[in-house]
Amino acid sequence: MPTQEEIYTKVSTTLVEALNVDEDEIKPTSTLQGDLGAESIDFLDIVFRLEREFGIKIPRGELFPESIFQGDPEFVQNGKVTDKGLAELRSKMPFADLDEFEKNPELSHISDLFTVDLITRYIQGKLNGTAN
Amino acid sequence: MRWIWIDRFLEFQSGKSAKAIKNLSLAEDFFADHFPGYPVFPGCFLLEGLAQTGGILVGEANDFREKVVLAKIPKAHFHREALAGQQLIYDVELLHLRPEGASVQGRATVSEPGAAAPGPLVAEAEIFFAHLDQARSRQVFGEHNFVFSGELKHLLGLARSAGKPKDG
Repeated sequence: MPTQEEIYTKVSTTLVEALNVDEDEIKPTSTLQGDLGAESIDFLDIVFRLEREFGIKIPRGELFPESIFQGDPEFVQNGKVTDKGLAELRSKMPFADLDEFEKNPELSHISDLFTVDLITRYIQGKLNGTAN
Repeated sequence: MRWIWIDRFLEFQSGKSAKAIKNLSLAEDFFADHFPGYPVFPGCFLLEGLAQTGGILVGEANDFREKVVLAKIPKAHFHREALAGQQLIYDVELLHLRPEGASVQGRATVSEPGAAAPGPLVAEAEIFFAHLDQARSRQVFGEHNFVFSGELKHLLGLARSAGKPKDG
């Protein structure tokens, strides 16, 4: 079983290739879209590379859900994620760190959840056989 | 300008790989400008040829139900020039295929007409295709599959008929 550090290093290499960024631009807290400039097709590229790099299967929507709330008013009200929405996030993405997001759960900030750390935790869970 | 950058498929293995040929003729318009007196095949057209070979490979794998569009070329390396009078061979291998899209690895080699051995490597590229989201693209584009409507699909028909044994 690789250590968290080993996983992180491999995830970084994957992102360097998929997003054409320099390795020193990548930090654990870097957001994929905001900091590293990922666009929608890049997420598919990242998924392909992670599958190859770690020898795992990543089902559609598991790591990068395409639409978590689907406009459901129980989950989102006035542009903010409700308590029920946060519970939904927790159950669908147990590998996401919601501590910071919960303080100001604006829907528009949801892309900030997708960090290098999030991928590392997801892979770690997957390799441990505990993710979803 | 017709937007077909391969002349014919030479080999086609459904869901696996495809090989296509592109003859570079000095009669093609762009050679007049690229460059006068030194006809180099433009790299962007070469990538388009690889993408068309790969795109048909990806489209055929799902019986042309998906709208396959070129989404991203994460890596492309150009090793040498290809000149008018030469033949390009595109070799494309399917790396990944999923409901959302696919990726292929392509290589282009160049040879003199009639040469027996495969020629030197001209370029290699990794190419990503997206399947336009089924639900959304139907709203925007309708049922008609505008990607595989005409010439691109005919090319494959040509490959199939070329592969059949000849009568008599």
